[in-house]
Amino acid sequence: MYELAYSRPESLTEALALLAEDEGAQALSGGQTLMPVLRARLAMPSRLVDLQRLPELAGIRLVEGGIEIGAATTHAEVAASAHVRAVLPALADLAGGIGDPAIRHRGTIGGSIANNDPAACYPSALLALGATVTTSRRTLAAEEFFTGMFSTALEPGEIVTAVRFPACQRAAYIKFRNPASRFALVGAFVAQLPSGYRIAITGGGHGVFRWREAEQHLDGGGAMAAITEDMLDLGHFTGDLHGSAEYRHHIAAVIVRRALSTLA
Amino acid sequence: MTGITLTVNGREHVVEVEDRTLLVHLLRDELRLTGAHVGCDTSQCGACTVHVDGKAVKSCTMLAVQADGAEILTIEGLANGRELHPMQAAFREHHGLQCGFCTPGMIMMAIDIARRHPNPDAATVRAELEGNLCRCTGYHNIVKAVVAGAERMGEPA
Repeated sequence: MYELAYSRPESLTEALALLAEDEGAQALSGGQTLMPVLRARLAMPSRLVDLQRLPELAGIRLVEGGIEIGAATTHAEVAASAHVRAVLPALADLAGGIGDPAIRHRGTIGGSIANNDPAACYPSALLALGATVTTSRRTLAAEEFFTGMFSTALEPGEIVTAVRFPACQRAAYIKFRNPASRFALVGAFVAQLPSGYRIAITGGGHGVFRWREAEQHLDGGGAMAAITEDMLDLGHFTGDLHGSAEYRHHIAAVIVRRALSTLA
Repeated sequence: MTGITLTVNGREHVVEVEDRTLLVHLLRDELRLTGAHVGCDTSQCGACTVHVDGKAVKSCTMLAVQADGAEILTIEGLANGRELHPMQAAFREHHGLQCGFCTPGMIMMAIDIARRHPNPDAATVRAELEGNLCRCTGYHNIVKAVVAGAERMGEPA
């Protein structure tokens, strides 16, 4: 590891001050992506500001119409939460499938969405469910928050404090796993909300996106079985050594149909 | 350098570490507990797995300073004198290792699995071991060992 400094603030206010006073400072949550990135020197912040134990970022709370999850909540905590299981079981399933058990013991929801890896699981749930992201400065709809591959609306020094999801029993996440990295080669989160169907796809390559053509097809009474990749823009997908754009494009339609079939 | 206090295998240590020191390097290089191995350096192999506050984590994927105030359990802390922990004994009985490099991480994860899933079946064990890589055994005997070890951990002492 290269030389860096570490701070563990006691409060959100102190964390924000540390991030504001040092341009090279980087917020650290569970670190399950950030630490490997730092070891490989793909990023070299001068200081890490540890958010993991901030009381303001902790906890899972039932709220009017849904659930609020503090940004420092680990994947294991979400997966095991009776509250999450009760109001949004698909999210507990998603969290229980991220990485491996050791990763889930430390990795957090806030860290995952702030990083917005184009193959991460959580962003698809936020986008499909129309979740809202609370930051140290404002509240953003998921649609505004995710702005592309490894890119979010977060400004320098701004941190995610919580995510709020609506309750939804008719939702499902299916990940077509890369067996080595355990990231999604493609993942699909589908939800049937009062406003209609919502389908979000992760792993395409450019960042999480909604498959609006399929949503409109279903809202118009179209059959689930009739959803094919012909309705899906190939431009959302890129290829790499794990699979071509065409392969991901095809798999996306397959797993969306599978996820929808679990709702029926 | 930052001063930290942590309990490792029941013994309190007060140490000065560089902020950049990974927990696995503190354990291996300073505390001379070389059971946790650095296998991949990319957080994928699980050979460095230890328990931090009762949960299995990859000690190459956190800083030592993040463990300030924590309770750490490593493979060296499992046996009671010459008496092996039931999971260690199960790995020996079922030939759950060949070269042994992955074994400390496997056993620390296996104990974590047994705590979360009392009496797990083989499919559960395979799914839960996905973050621990073994290049020798083909996993069959590791899975047998974890199933047997978990069963023994569930028996009254």
